[in-house]
Amino acid sequence: MENLIALLIAAPLLGAAVLLVGGRRLDAVGHWIGTALAAASFVIGLVLFADLLGRSADQRTLTQHLFSWIPVAGFQADATFRLDQLSMTFVLLITGVGSLIHLYSVGYMEHDERRRRFFGYLNLFLAAMLLLVLADNYLLLYFGWEGVGLASYLLIGFWQHKPAAATAAKKAFLVNRVGDMGLAIAVMLMFATFGTFAFGPVFSHVGDASEGRLTAIALMLLLAACGKSAQVPLQSWLGDAMEGPTPVSALIHAATMVTAGVYLIVRSAAVFNGAPGAQLVVTVVGAVTLLFGAIVGCAKDDIKKALAGSTMSQIGYMVLAAGLGPIGYVFAIMHLVTHGFFKAGLFLGAGSVMHGMNDEVDMRKYGGLRKYMPVTFITFGLGYLAIIGFPGLSGFFSKDRIIEAAFAKGGTEGWILGGAALLGAAITAFYMTRVMLMTFFGEKRWQPDENGTEPHPHESPGVMTIPMIVLAVGSVFGGAFFSIGDRFLHWLEPVTGHSEGNSPLSAWTVTAATMVCLVIGVAAAWAQYGRKPVPVVAPRGSLLTRAARRDLLQDDFNHVVLVRGGEHLTRSLVYLDHTLVDGVVNGTAASVGGLSGRMRRLQNGFARSYAVSMFGGAALLVAATLLMRAV
Amino acid sequence: MSAVAVHSLWTTAADPISKIDAPKIEYGQLSPTLIVVGAALVGVLIEAFVPRKSRYYAQVFVSVVALCAAFAAVVALAADGYGTTRARIAAMGAIAVDGPSLFLQGTILLAALVGLFTFAERRLDPAAHGNRVDSFAAQAASVPGSDSEKAAVKAGFTTTEVFPLLLFAVAGMLVFPSANDLLTLFVALEVLSLPLYLLCALARRKRLMSQEAAVKYFLLGAFASAFTLFGIALLYGYAGSVSYATIAQVVDGNVPRLDPALANTMGNDALLLIGAAMVVMGLLFKVGAVPFHMWTPDVYQGAPTPVTGFMAAATKVAAFGALLRLLYVVLPGLRWDWRPVMWAVAIVTMLVGAIVAITQTDIKRLLAYSSIAHAGFILAGVIATSREGVSSVLFYLAAYSFVTIGAFAVVTLVRDAGGEATHLSKWAGLGRRSPLVAAVFAVFLLAFAGIPLTSGFAGKFAVFKAAAQGGAVPLVVIGVISSAIAAFFYIRVIVLMFFSEPRSEGPTVAVPSPLTTTAIGVGVAVTVVLGVAPQYFLDLANQAGVFVR
Repeated sequence: MENLIALLIAAPLLGAAVLLVGGRRLDAVGHWIGTALAAASFVIGLVLFADLLGRSADQRTLTQHLFSWIPVAGFQADATFRLDQLSMTFVLLITGVGSLIHLYSVGYMEHDERRRRFFGYLNLFLAAMLLLVLADNYLLLYFGWEGVGLASYLLIGFWQHKPAAATAAKKAFLVNRVGDMGLAIAVMLMFATFGTFAFGPVFSHVGDASEGRLTAIALMLLLAACGKSAQVPLQSWLGDAMEGPTPVSALIHAATMVTAGVYLIVRSAAVFNGAPGAQLVVTVVGAVTLLFGAIVGCAKDDIKKALAGSTMSQIGYMVLAAGLGPIGYVFAIMHLVTHGFFKAGLFLGAGSVMHGMNDEVDMRKYGGLRKYMPVTFITFGLGYLAIIGFPGLSGFFSKDRIIEAAFAKGGTEGWILGGAALLGAAITAFYMTRVMLMTFFGEKRWQPDENGTEPHPHESPGVMTIPMIVLAVGSVFGGAFFSIGDRFLHWLEPVTGHSEGNSPLSAWTVTAATMVCLVIGVAAAWAQYGRKPVPVVAPRGSLLTRAARRDLLQDDFNHVVLVRGGEHLTRSLVYLDHTLVDGVVNGTAASVGGLSGRMRRLQNGFARSYAVSMFGGAALLVAATLLMRAV
Repeated sequence: MSAVAVHSLWTTAADPISKIDAPKIEYGQLSPTLIVVGAALVGVLIEAFVPRKSRYYAQVFVSVVALCAAFAAVVALAADGYGTTRARIAAMGAIAVDGPSLFLQGTILLAALVGLFTFAERRLDPAAHGNRVDSFAAQAASVPGSDSEKAAVKAGFTTTEVFPLLLFAVAGMLVFPSANDLLTLFVALEVLSLPLYLLCALARRKRLMSQEAAVKYFLLGAFASAFTLFGIALLYGYAGSVSYATIAQVVDGNVPRLDPALANTMGNDALLLIGAAMVVMGLLFKVGAVPFHMWTPDVYQGAPTPVTGFMAAATKVAAFGALLRLLYVVLPGLRWDWRPVMWAVAIVTMLVGAIVAITQTDIKRLLAYSSIAHAGFILAGVIATSREGVSSVLFYLAAYSFVTIGAFAVVTLVRDAGGEATHLSKWAGLGRRSPLVAAVFAVFLLAFAGIPLTSGFAGKFAVFKAAAQGGAVPLVVIGVISSAIAAFFYIRVIVLMFFSEPRSEGPTVAVPSPLTTTAIGVGVAVTVVLGVAPQYFLDLANQAGVFVR
């Protein structure tokens, strides 16, 4: 059974190779090859899953040693894969949702002449992400991590003819580099501390390392997670990444990429458990991000950017949960999975809307679409209910448990974190209701564009709606399926560990509070966007709104602090280089050159001079030898 | 001299000679040298008896066969374990057959074979009067510019004597690093030098310059030989023997049988130190170390380029081999005396070679100064006085010799109306017109500069590592600084070739015959292979790194 693990990665990797190397002759069938191989990987995942289920809980870790990757004395990096409950969960999410997105893209990218290449990149993305979650050591994980970065760069900038897309790809890549550096340093620190980076030995020797060292490693891992998962302060790339084709957004936000950071933290649970200081930082990052993303999501009129803010916020919940330690690990992953369903569904729905609206993304130019796109409306609506935590749907179960866990952290921290999570729930309800109302309800607000062609909203083809339907089913039933009888908890507990914590509030109190927040959020949104017509031109708005429209000034902040600061730094370095370094270098070169010219004159071409020089040399040689004996 | 002493001399001579042992000669172990000497003699006979038209072919054939056979003999000896476990002293103590000997002999033979290809090249110069010509004068004896020279050219004469001369020089070089007594060393020195003096004088173009170079080389070489011979005499006076082993024993002070005459001299360290310094000086002259380097640029520039390439590679290998054996076998007991001096020589050699090369404008002179700098680098390995030192020097020599021959072979290709266009300004923009030739030359320059993935890097790394382990860290630091200076002028040539505008009446690149192509190809291949996968050859050199005593 173990031997199947490599096939999980090999299938999409083969797809990427075939599609990217195959050239034009595969244009006609390329997208089906890509989809089939993604699905093949999913089927292999299911087979392995069935096998794991057939084993007892402590027998569910499979490893496959492929080859010795970098065998140097004292430095052993193997291409070894580990399949346990945690990576199995990710495998199913990545390949399952990934396959659906592949299928959807067949329709969505139908008119794009570079569709084959697009599917090649999608496959590469899956392969890299699978490598990331299946690696059995941090170095191999790093390899997958970088692969994900590369694939996301290629896909975000897929429409490279649009300058905005090219810039967005570059931005995502650069911001991710900052995080990657964190992972690189963490891996090096790990090697310096433990002499290895294989998961097993590292986790079992955590006790030998000092807390300071563990905190350093954990903080570097957190930096890496912030980059990939778009957490404050490395969140700025996520919104711009919407320039990529919508299926890419769905893939990045639901199944791959942004989940990598959560995976990294949960996988490194042992390290974080040993570094309470770092865990606190993780929870703060999560809480800040969940509010940050939610506020940004309220102000965006671009449907995809509103959803992007929502992703940031939801990942914030997961990071918050992961930072809570054993109380939260399981729920972080559970929310990740349910989020995978409904966020993928929402994005695919948004893509379907755009597909029918001539790629219009401004929600102020939508309105009343429920009549034109019934399937999209229903699936999007179910995803909406799931994300705001409507009772009985997926988000209700998973988010509720995170809020409970946040309170269970105890003490003042618990109250603050729990309060932030509750507040986030209210804002989530507000902005998602806003999206829903502006898009599907009210009067139609679309107008002819400058060419005079009016959009004709229509339902998308079956190849696009089927994935949406499947995801909607997941959004509705996933949470209940996982939560009833604590199925998910028992499945994942052997890997991540679990403890209940002691919440100052009872579970029912928290649920009730969440419900109140939910109602307040929905009602506020209804008051503003449901009762009165939505203006086509956005009103000026309050200071906060305007700031939120500019992503809470994240780019301005980066520009002032990092760009300007960096420019000053480089300018002064360049100045130093020109005056000091070049001065020394040029001076040395000039003096060596002058010396050369003078010594050259000794070579005058006369044999007699040469003989004299030899004689002098011989005399010196003899004298020096004798002198050496004398001293 | 007292009457008794005279009498004893007299009576000793009058004693009946009861028995003289016939010298025992291990022909098998000496076969590489014997093959080459034999082939050289055959070459002389060819000059005497074979018709002029066929001589070239006969000579090339004999030379190639001889060098290949000699190399096969070296390989066979090494395979028999003579390089390691069965290392021994042959020919009544005159010749050592051991690892360093065989490794260096193999290197010299291969270098000579490749050099021979460039000697035999006849397609670069335009045919004169319907006869293909090589790089050598039509008739050595004719005065440059005279009618007899013109007649000789018109008649299509060629100096096919260069092939036996080459073989004689090779024979001397084979003996030089394996010589195990001082007289054999001196004889080998002369056997390798005299043919080289002649070869230097034989350029077809710029004959006056070539003859001037030969005369300078001869005069200064003779001067250096005199020093060597005087040093040998002093060492004999000190130890009462010319045998390496015996001298080493006397230096160490453990003599099996102490006769009164020896007891008298062996305490006299002045004899030993002065003698050793002078013998070493003769060898330093051959390797071109500062301050005995001044012949190098003039001779390298004046000699026919194939001769320069061969000489620069093979002579250096042979002379460093002899120097190693002298310092490691004869004078290890004197280590503390000669090491500081050699330190100084190495430092000055590296710096002078690198610095003076910066202002050179002639490619052959540039390569000459580069060879001086390289002699300094190799000396750094010699000074290590360890097995690693020996093996690193062996490796460096093997790597360096092929780069050198290849580089000079490329120089023969770039020509204008006056023959080879050696002035650097003429090389401007060569990369635009002849990218392949320029790229190959760039590879050689990068190897000289010691850039990774070329043999030069592996060699330099090995030498500096050995030197640093031997405690010579300051030497390594200066070596690295010199490398940096040297990199400047190597890279400058590359920049000149690739990033300058070609001159309108610039030189053309001649299309060589397969001979030169092979020489250059072997050079590139060895450079890249030793650069990318040096380990096998480093191991080989390391196995060969023990001298027999």
